[in-house]
Amino acid sequence: MKNQEIIIKVNNLVKKFGDFVANDHLTFEVYKGEIFGFLGANGAGKTTAIRILCGLSSPTSGDVLVAGFNAYTQSEDIKRNIGYMSQKFSLYDDLTVFENIQFYAGIYGIRSKIIKQRTDELLLKLGLENDRNKLIRDIPLGWKQKLAFSVAVFHKPDLVFLDEPTGGVDPITRRQFWDMIYQASAEGITVFVTTHYMDEAEYCNRVCIMSDGRISDIDSPSALKTKYNASNMDEVFYKIARNIE
Amino acid sequence: MITIEVDKLNKSYSGIKAIEDISFTINENELFGFIGPDGAGKTTIFRILTTLLIPDSGWAIIKGYDTVKDFKKLRQILGYMPGRFSLYQDLSVEENLTFFATIFGTTLEENYELIKDIYSHIEPFKNRIAGKLSGGMKQKLALSCALIHKPEVLILDEPTTGVDAVSRKEFWQMLKGLQQKGITIVVSTPYMDEASLCDRVALIQKGQIMAIETPQNIIKLFGKPLYSIHGNNLYSLKNDILYFGQCENAYLFGQNIHYSGKGIVNQDELYDYLLKKGHTNVEIKQIEPGIEDCFMKSMAGEEEN
Repeated sequence: MKNQEIIIKVNNLVKKFGDFVANDHLTFEVYKGEIFGFLGANGAGKTTAIRILCGLSSPTSGDVLVAGFNAYTQSEDIKRNIGYMSQKFSLYDDLTVFENIQFYAGIYGIRSKIIKQRTDELLLKLGLENDRNKLIRDIPLGWKQKLAFSVAVFHKPDLVFLDEPTGGVDPITRRQFWDMIYQASAEGITVFVTTHYMDEAEYCNRVCIMSDGRISDIDSPSALKTKYNASNMDEVFYKIARNIE
Repeated sequence: MITIEVDKLNKSYSGIKAIEDISFTINENELFGFIGPDGAGKTTIFRILTTLLIPDSGWAIIKGYDTVKDFKKLRQILGYMPGRFSLYQDLSVEENLTFFATIFGTTLEENYELIKDIYSHIEPFKNRIAGKLSGGMKQKLALSCALIHKPEVLILDEPTTGVDAVSRKEFWQMLKGLQQKGITIVVSTPYMDEASLCDRVALIQKGQIMAIETPQNIIKLFGKPLYSIHGNNLYSLKNDILYFGQCENAYLFGQNIHYSGKGIVNQDELYDYLLKKGHTNVEIKQIEPGIEDCFMKSMAGEEEN
């Protein structure tokens, strides 16, 4: 049973860009250790919301607490306590495997001795011990994504944001990636993930579906399937998008 | 009738082989799909087909034109939608269309009928700057621009990547509509479920084609029974299944686990084993494999070799 401690608390979050309302009074909570799925069409407002939760952007109005820190006044503290990985950017292509780890771990203030120890363990776990000095651009995408995830949680943050982490990756690696997500969740790390793969939505504890800047619904996959009389999340998403119940 | 013929294409970048001995034919008016993950070689093949890249060896002929020697003629009859949004972000929807029409010596009005079904979705936004369109709308604009000169062959490189599940379905409906207008369509996608929408597919991985078949025949190639297992606590269920002596592979598939065994599968034995491990609400049933199951089986087979 997941701990009911709240790690993200959002109340009436509004974000405007000029007259355009990208996030329209969002209210939700994320529990510690949860795998929380964030779904929605492109343009629905997901990236805007995530940037605010990561401390990269300030809300226009509303209350946002991430890992206990205020998004308006403590954005630097938020950044220190979270991890982030996206499909578009994860690691530096022109640095080696080890250089990337060293760089990111260094940014989070981890000491050299600990970096070395954790790196050895990590590379062994991923089967990359012999690739330590390979440039990232020379390792296959699937391995790169798995490594990027490990780097994102290297400093053992309470919360990690994954923005479409499995986009374009082969189906076996996709599942290996989710094995890693499950493991992180079992170790108490809260995982906030966006995806366009509806089967991945099923792996989440709860799913939040955004549409036109608002939250359309938020619940566990099984509750959503019952509510929308759907046999899988693909159907749930379709019905919500087409406004059928 | 064969529209595209490709023989033993090879291409390397800085010593790394991107594609190896790629050969295939595509028939007139076919909807042909290349299914495979990033890095498989799809974009390299497409760039060669669209005359943008010269292979190290091998050749490709489209409608009788060689992609290297006759590139100028080919560019008149090909429509291309590349992997990333490649239109002018700072021009409006209408300006982009007019630009591409002019380059091909035609006008928006001349071929409006062909793109009408697609363009009508974005026409209300024709004065909006392309950069400010949502993902789904950008796709529709890019597709309209690729069709504006009435191409005979349409080549689409991952047109649905990064787009939500609903827009993806819509997009494929549009492609089927275009196929009915006589266009030969070649598409690549990493989404396995889209494979079933093609007439034939090539499964591609690590620069090599693993199989070229109709979706139905790909499924027949799976060659053994596949089972779907459901129970409470899916993740721990999967781990226990993997330790079952007879287990060959077990993969998560949404709310179920897809299981294939080493020999004859004894469902009762598996069921008892899982109950003994403390699992509840266990259901095991045989299912027909999907393209994704077949793809992963091919991949796993390649790994062993």
